[in-house]
Parts: sequence; structure tokens; C-alpha cells
Amino acid sequence: MGDLLLKMAGIEKSFPGVHALNQAQFELRAGEVHALVGENGAGKSTLMKILSGIYSKDAGSVRYQGKEVEISSPRAAQHLGISMIHQELNLMNHLTLAQNVFVGREPRQPLRFMLDEAKINAQTQALFDSMHLRLDPRTLAAELTVAKQQMVEIAKALSFNSQVLIMDEPTAALTESEIEELFRIIRQLRSKGVGIVYISHRLEELKQISDRITVMRDGHYVDTVDAKKVTIDQIIGMMVGRAIYESSPEVPERPDQAVVLAVRGLNRGTAIRDVSFVLKKGEILGFAGLMGAGRTEVARAIFGADPIDSGEIFVKGRRTAIQSPRDAVRHGIGYLSEDRKRYGLAVGLSVEANIALASFEQFVGSLGVVDDSKVRSIASRYVDLLSIKTPGIQQMVRNLSGGNQQKVVIGKWLTADTEILIFDEPTRGIDVGAKSEIYRLLNELAHAGKSIIMISSELPEILRMSHRIVVMCEGRITGELSAAEATQEKIMRLATQRSGMVAVTENSFAAKAKVR
Amino acid sequence: MATAEKVFSAPRQTILRSNAAQKLLAFAALIVIFVVFSFLSPFFATTENIVGILLATAVNGVLALGVTFVIVTAGIDLSVGTVMTLSAVMTGLTVSLAGWPVPLGILIGVLTGSVAGLINGLIISRMRVPPFIATLGMMMVARGLALVLSTLETGTIKPIYFNDVPLFRQLMMGSVLSPLLAPVAPDFNLPNAVLILFVAALVAAFVLAKTVLGRYTVAIGSNEEATRLSGVGVAGWKTAVYALGGTFSGLAGVMIASRLNSAQPALGVGYELDAIAAVVIGGTSLSGGQGTILGTIIGAFIISTLTNGLRIMNVPQEWQFVVTGLIVILAVYLDILRRRRS
Repeated sequence: MGDLLLKMAGIEKSFPGVHALNQAQFELRAGEVHALVGENGAGKSTLMKILSGIYSKDAGSVRYQGKEVEISSPRAAQHLGISMIHQELNLMNHLTLAQNVFVGREPRQPLRFMLDEAKINAQTQALFDSMHLRLDPRTLAAELTVAKQQMVEIAKALSFNSQVLIMDEPTAALTESEIEELFRIIRQLRSKGVGIVYISHRLEELKQISDRITVMRDGHYVDTVDAKKVTIDQIIGMMVGRAIYESSPEVPERPDQAVVLAVRGLNRGTAIRDVSFVLKKGEILGFAGLMGAGRTEVARAIFGADPIDSGEIFVKGRRTAIQSPRDAVRHGIGYLSEDRKRYGLAVGLSVEANIALASFEQFVGSLGVVDDSKVRSIASRYVDLLSIKTPGIQQMVRNLSGGNQQKVVIGKWLTADTEILIFDEPTRGIDVGAKSEIYRLLNELAHAGKSIIMISSELPEILRMSHRIVVMCEGRITGELSAAEATQEKIMRLATQRSGMVAVTENSFAAKAKVR
Repeated sequence: MATAEKVFSAPRQTILRSNAAQKLLAFAALIVIFVVFSFLSPFFATTENIVGILLATAVNGVLALGVTFVIVTAGIDLSVGTVMTLSAVMTGLTVSLAGWPVPLGILIGVLTGSVAGLINGLIISRMRVPPFIATLGMMMVARGLALVLSTLETGTIKPIYFNDVPLFRQLMMGSVLSPLLAPVAPDFNLPNAVLILFVAALVAAFVLAKTVLGRYTVAIGSNEEATRLSGVGVAGWKTAVYALGGTFSGLAGVMIASRLNSAQPALGVGYELDAIAAVVIGGTSLSGGQGTILGTIIGAFIISTLTNGLRIMNVPQEWQFVVTGLIVILAVYLDILRRRRS
């Protein structure tokens, strides 16, 4: 490891309603791979977006190569030699690789307005050669696999003479052999003295590639440790913390209840792989996992929003062919999207219109005219029942708070008489007070005999609410835990368990036996 | 290096090939249309009629060139038709009424288009008004101004004729190529308007493929945010693209005025749709990032050949609209099918 290249200290950043970074710190030496880990929302990406000029910090200092710097834009970061490779790749599919590498600073021919294609092709070829990449600079970016596009982004970053390379979840979409190739390039860069920040959820990987590991939690800095000396269990321990969350209420499993929903062998591409589970009456089944684990995809597949390649879905013991959300609603399934504003609500409509939206047929009179008074009475009933705080049922949903918007969505599905409710991140973007109200509501619904699937990335929430917990990773179910045996550590272990890299644990083995 | 070999030699995808396929498909369609009409009518494949088709393509083709740039950025320009008319009226006012020299009048006509396009670009990139709305507004503004300006002469809305300036009509309808072509094809009287279309198309193709402006046009349409993050001044380049589109409208305005020997202030509405149709038939994606000038020219010829052929067959004009409309839908549908497969 070389000299200290970068030191961030006392970094503060707030977004409306969220204190994203609280006295965060980070340091990087030349020629080291420094992993940055933490749960979803721990502040890793925010910290690195500040470093790469995408966000501005509220307070704190960044020292780079011995000098205090202000990084005001991505361009300023590039000039300093700091490049970030984002999780969503940022290539222009319709341009060639060379054109992508040099976009924004094309060398021109003597006549200023003309491009020098030969020159950028040659320079890009040299760049690829130095990385031992066998790629033709004249290929269109769209023709490459994700892995190769990522290599091109790295090449682009290097062409700025980057001293700091930030990689956000670089292996998320790569296969085993592609990861090897990525690691080869990372090691090569490290030996040339580049400092690499490596954000990843795949803890086994960190042991292979990183020199040091910094752990963050809830926007705070936790600790920096030597990757060679730390165990995965210790990292997980630091990630979830020892803080005692509100004690979970008694949630005994309800084995006596009838199965309302059974999913068998569900498959869709690489997003959903052989997913099987059951949901019982009056039960809250938690779906845990990291972002991108495939939980939302499973929910959307069951709800008929996306097509499936194979698999069977049984509702109350009867095999059903759900082809569309309309079919799902007819079978009594409701889906509450994680992105309420995009998929869950018509925010420009009133509270009453939204509550009636999924079940308008109920309200249509004999002449095909909507029975407004009936809509009003039902809407008022749910506003009372769910204690939705709104000046009136005519209020536009846009003007309600996040928690109350969520309640409107719940009201909509209750009106539609659904028996099975799939909640996708039900408390995202909702403040703490409203959260506990949503929790109370979910408990009441389960008590009243509704069956609930709750997808959540917040472990305390999953632990507090669920009767049983299914954990997913990379499209697979990696384990199932009862409320009694579940702990944050066990869930995290299953959620980061990539296929083929970790031996099957006792828990997941038992879980598979149970599912079959 | 065994791993690298395996990783980096995955099969090349089919985008390049499919892009060529779309152009080929459009070109094949043009040939088929041509052959079919040749069989159906003895008057279709005559030199005179072919010159007619070429001439009919000139104005729409030039408009479509500008629209191609705009659509490749994933934008749209609805104002090209009426901006064309405004440019024609400006040329008419300066040349015919004010008696200014013809070259100056032409320059003013073209620049009128440039200014309208520049304003479009500024409204879209600086005020962040969506292109559809901004250019819809400009479409109406230009139409209104063209009508207002045409009343300057007599107080009523009426066309401005170029009868006093015979040179002006010769600009488009004359033929500088005829003396050159005479030994090979003595009857082939290729009007200058067609020559201008081809020269303009060559320039446009060069700009799109070889210049910085063309590169950023594609980059913005492919991924605007990524282009911005690469340090490109997206707002400025977008403005330039709309200004370029307007310049082509200005040129089309001068061309139509010369061809009709008059500036018709009520003309122009609907031209933008023909231009957009030509671009789309030519395989340019409305979602941006891809499109070619050659495709657009082929698209423009498909529309005018079809219109011409149907007219020769004595199909009423109402039905010509129906056919053109169906062709546009079919062209885009084929494109979608092809994409879905690859």
C-alpha cells in the first residue's frame, strides 16, 4: 500500500426527511482496494457520490493528494482524477466503444468541427491493449455484454488518468468467469498505484479482492479493518450493529392455518430461479434480501405484471393461470408497489377515486353510470378505518404524506376484497411515527384473516413483523426461517449467499426440505 | 489469458446487421412500389414522371433532413412546415416587394428558419419545455406571422408572387445539370431543386457522421444523462440541433417559393407530418439514438412515389392519405418486430 491519497472526514448530508450521512469518514491509499460495506441505506453510495461530484456535501472536508478540495461536478472530479463507475452503466448504446471513451473531449482534425475517428480508435485500442482487453474500438456499445461494458467504463475512467476509481456493485450482474476477469484488471490497476473503492454486498468477494474494509451503518462510520484478519461474521456483526431495536412482538407461526397461496418452481430468466414457497391464512410472510435479490420480481410475477417462463401458482389449492394484474385481482391478490407514485397511486386523483380504482365494477349502476354516493360512503369508511389523515375524500392524493398515501393504497385493495396482499417495501419513505401505524395496520389485517407477503430491505422491520421469513439472493430462495430462529445475522448470511460459493447452511437446508 | 479469451469473444449481437436490414427493407420497399406501379400504369415509368417524383420529393426531403437530427436526439419538431412558410414569405417580402437582390432574399429566408429553430432550441433546452409543446407553439406562431406578413402588401391575406423576378423561379426549376446530361439523356431535365436536395443530404450525412455536432446528436438521443455526466454541454448542443433543423426548414421555404413562383402564406400545415413520416419510414427511432440520412431520403421517396403512383392510377386524394398513413404504421411496426426478435 502506498501513500495516503484521500481522506474524507466529518461528512454530513441530508435529503428531505433523511439524514443520509452523519459524520461519515473514509480514507484511501494509493495502490489499495478499499471495500465499503453496509446495509441498504447505510450511506455508502451517497458518500461516494459526494466524492465523485454528483452530490454536494452539507459539511465536512475532503483532502486529496494532500490538498483540501471542493468537488463541485462530475467534470471537476474527473479533472482531479476521481472516476466513478455506477451501478447502472452509463454508456451510450448507439456509439462505438471508442466514441464512448472519448465523448465530450473528442480530438478534432485541423478543421475544428471535424472528428478524428482514426485517432480515437487508435488511442482506445492502445488503452484496451494496456488492459489486455480483446475488444474492437469500433464495436457498438450495445453489442457488448454487461461485463464488457463495465470494462469499457473502466477504460474510460483510466483515460482520464484516474488516481481514484470508485466501483459501485461492479459484480452485481457478472458471471463467475467475468468476475475473475474484473478482478484481474482491478489487481493490475492496484499494482499501478490506483486507489480503488469497492462497494459490494457480496461479502465473500471482499476477502478475495480487498485490502481494507470500511463498514458503515445508518449514515455513520463504524470501523475500518484489515480484510485479511476479519471474518465474514465479524463484518456482518458490524453491518447490522448491536443496537437493540424495539423488541418484536410475539408472532408465533401459525402452522394450523390453511395454505392460501402456493408457488412452485417459478422461473423467469435470471431474475427468478426456481422459487417455491407457501403462504398461509392470517400470516405475515417476510421476504428478506438485498436490493436486486429478485423479491419484487417474484411479487410482480405472482401478480401477473410480468410474464413467467415456468412455474405454477395455486390460490386456495386451485391451480390458476394468472396472465395479468386483472386476473390476479379476480383471484383476490393485491400488490402494493414499492414505488407508490409510479405504480400504486394516481396521485393526481382524489382519495376516493384512488380507493375505488381497483374495484370500479362494484360502483357502476345499472345504466353504466358510476354511483358516486356509494364511492363516497366506502371511501369515507376506509378513511375512518385506516385513520387516513386527509382534509376530505376529495383531496388530491399528491398532497398527502407518504404514510397516508400508503394507507390509501391499502384502502384500495381492501375495497377490492383481496385476500392476499403483497406489500413491497411498505414503509419506504415514511417517517417513524407513520411506520408504526402501518405495522399496526398490517397486524390487524393478518388478524382479520388476510394473508400478507411483506417485502422489506429493513431487517428490524422483517424481524418485528413476520411469522416466517423467506430470504432471497440472486433470484433464488436461499433459506427460510421461523420468527423464533431468525436473527439479523442469519438473514444477512443467507442474503449474501451466492450460489456455489458458500456451502449450504443448516438453515437453508432445512428450509428447502420444508418448501418441498 | 484463457479466461479473457472466453469472456471477450462472446457472439456479436445483431444491432449493426439489423440497422442495415431496416435500410435495406426500406430500399426494397421503394423498388417494389416502383415496379408495381410500372406494371399498373404505362405513364408511371416515364422520364417526365420520374422527374416529377424527384421534384415532389425535394421540399419534403429537405424538411425531413432537419427533422432527422431532431428525432435522433429523441426530440420532435412540429414547426418545420409553418416555419418553411414563414421563410418563403420573408423571401417574398424582401425580393418581390422590397426589391432586394435575390441572393440576399434567399439568405434572409434561410436565416428566418435558423432563428425559429434557435428559439425552439432555447425554449426546449433552457426553459425545459417539452419539445412537442415548444414546437407546437412555434408551429402556430410561425403560421400566424406568415399570415400577418402577407397582409403588408394589400391589407388582405394573399400570396406574394415573384413575377417581376423571373430569375427566382429559375433557381429551382432551371437545370444546371442539363447541359452536362444532354449527351447521355437529352430529355432528362433534372431541376435544380432535386440537385439541392441531394447536396443538402450529403451535407447532412457528413454532419451527422463526421462532426462533433453529429456525434453529440446521437449521444444525447442514446443516453442524455450519461452524455451530461461525460462533461458535454447538452443544452447548447441541443439548441444547435434545433437551429440546424430550422435552417433546413428555411432552405425548404426558399425552395417551395421558387417552385410555386410565389409565397403562399396559408400553406405549410401538414408538411411537418410528411417530414416526420419520411424520417420514421427511413428507420430513425423516435426514442432517439439511431437514424440515418440515407434512410430519411429513401423514406421521403417512398412517400412521394406512392402519392404519385396512386394519383396516376386515378386513386382519389382522400385514399392517398389513407395509404400513406397505413405505410407509416406498417414501417414502424416492422421495426418493432425486428427489434423484439433481436
